[in-house]
Amino acid sequence: MVGAFQDEAGGLTFGNLDALTSEAALTALKGSLVLSATTAVIGALLGALLAYLVVSLPTSSLLRRTTLAISGVLAQFGGVVLAFAWIATIGPVGILTKALSDLLGADLYGPWLFDIPGLVVVYCYFQIPLMVIVFAPAFEGLRPQWREAATNLGASTWDYWRHVAIPLLTPAFLGATLLLFANAFAAYATAAVLVSQGQPIVPLLIRQAITSEVLLGQANVGFALALEMIVVVTLVMLAYNMLLKRTSRWMR
Amino acid sequence: MTDLATERGLAVELSDLTRVYGAVRALDGLTLHLEPGELVCLLGPSGCGKTTALRILAGLDQPTSGTVSVGGRDLTRVPANKRDMGMVFQAYSLFPHMTVIDNVAFGLKLRGRDGASRRKRAGDMLDLVGLGQHADRYAHQLSGGQQQRVALARALAVEPSVLLLDEPLSALDAKVRVQLRDEIRRVQLEVGTTTLFVTHDQEEALAVADRVGVMNAGRLEQLAPPAELYSAPATKFVGEFVGLSNRLPATVTAGVASVLGQEVPALDGSATGSGSALVRPEAISVVADPSGGATVTTVQFLGPLSRVTCQLADGTDVVAQLASTDAVRLTPGDAVRLEVAPSPVLVVAD
Repeated sequence: MVGAFQDEAGGLTFGNLDALTSEAALTALKGSLVLSATTAVIGALLGALLAYLVVSLPTSSLLRRTTLAISGVLAQFGGVVLAFAWIATIGPVGILTKALSDLLGADLYGPWLFDIPGLVVVYCYFQIPLMVIVFAPAFEGLRPQWREAATNLGASTWDYWRHVAIPLLTPAFLGATLLLFANAFAAYATAAVLVSQGQPIVPLLIRQAITSEVLLGQANVGFALALEMIVVVTLVMLAYNMLLKRTSRWMR
Repeated sequence: MTDLATERGLAVELSDLTRVYGAVRALDGLTLHLEPGELVCLLGPSGCGKTTALRILAGLDQPTSGTVSVGGRDLTRVPANKRDMGMVFQAYSLFPHMTVIDNVAFGLKLRGRDGASRRKRAGDMLDLVGLGQHADRYAHQLSGGQQQRVALARALAVEPSVLLLDEPLSALDAKVRVQLRDEIRRVQLEVGTTTLFVTHDQEEALAVADRVGVMNAGRLEQLAPPAELYSAPATKFVGEFVGLSNRLPATVTAGVASVLGQEVPALDGSATGSGSALVRPEAISVVADPSGGATVTTVQFLGPLSRVTCQLADGTDVVAQLASTDAVRLTPGDAVRLEVAPSPVLVVAD
């Protein structure tokens, strides 16, 4: 953080913050926000659905325990390993690319794979499992007697979901979505391996600023960009904590 | 709302209900009739089937066989949300994201009542349980006892055909439990709704019920008014489960039991010949007598009453319950004589 306010010589400056309004920085910020928001929403919706299906199984179910365990692993599956798996699956000679090409004559491979759209798909590999492990406890926190009380008072299944379950789950769902947003916003390694041209997201722009041999003396700009990320993630986590507090009060 | 809910105090009939879970028979031919407006308690140990019976009546569980009818209408296959029953659960079940008044009005909202009339009705129900001033609070701002009172108001707001209470007091501390127990009875008498109350607390059951049904292993052992259940248990299980009983050696001849050398009437259903008489502690009096054949071992002070344990010459312990004013004269080691009151006793085979 201190580096964000220092010049090359170590003197105090606010000039680095000016770089945050440059076209490259704004484009990267937009890319990061779009990528994070898109994968957060997709991950939240699909992850919530999967979490519901998982917790609907009996606690002794092998499928339930296996799915939760695998989700725990996959949620941490980002980085180089995921990027390699991604390239091996739908890279230029990936197994899926070749299979679709051979069977249907379809060409899956294209530049989209290594830009924001490609990152959206690959990020879902860890966003959806993360949602499962974060959101499953919220489903488990729905007390059976709430459903029975609603039913006893005349509620249909739809009435129960509309008036009881969805309102109760909404804060936890929004909180988990924010967590996914922060998770994608801060992710670096997967994108670093996959994206070789351009800097579509902030972490890659920071990499360029710090490591570029062409543009020397940009390290402090990189620190300013990192500060920008810290501010965004902090705001998101504050909102997450507010929602978590409400959920914990309801679900205890 | 169906016609059922507009009527009050309907008869309830559970006929030959069985419920089998794998190898377990939770209900084994339960038949129970509730008169209109009556409060019946189902009492029994854990796993006796009392909650299963209540859940089947609510429609939250399905019987393996048998029928459920209310007001002469067969409800056996009617879904739970169409039965017009009000239920208070053992665990707190208020919707935590709704205020107290919204919780109480929830069932009315589902029935399409307009906002003003449901607020009026919910407010009346809250006044009935003494919580009118808490209408805008949330569940987490209420004590356990208050939450159960709101749950009672919510169950009654829809004018249910039957009120079902599933151990509603078991999560509360002793003082609140007694207060709320009395309040439930007051409210039930006021609204006149036929009520089935499930509990494992016999004091609770005996205090509030018009009749108490004692269940064991999925069957109804006895259904009787509290006083009758206590004084004239029909089976060994009821005699031992309800209240304290001494098991004293007895011999029955021509309807008369000989217990501790005294003759008392034997209840119908008693075994003949030798057996054990189930004698209540309060039916035994303790008289100082150096040649009485018994010795005081402990004296427990319980307030207005005291419990005195004596030992017979053969080592049998006998518990007597006396007025504390009488018990103060006794101390452990005193030689005493035990006398059995001439009230009927149940004698069971050993």
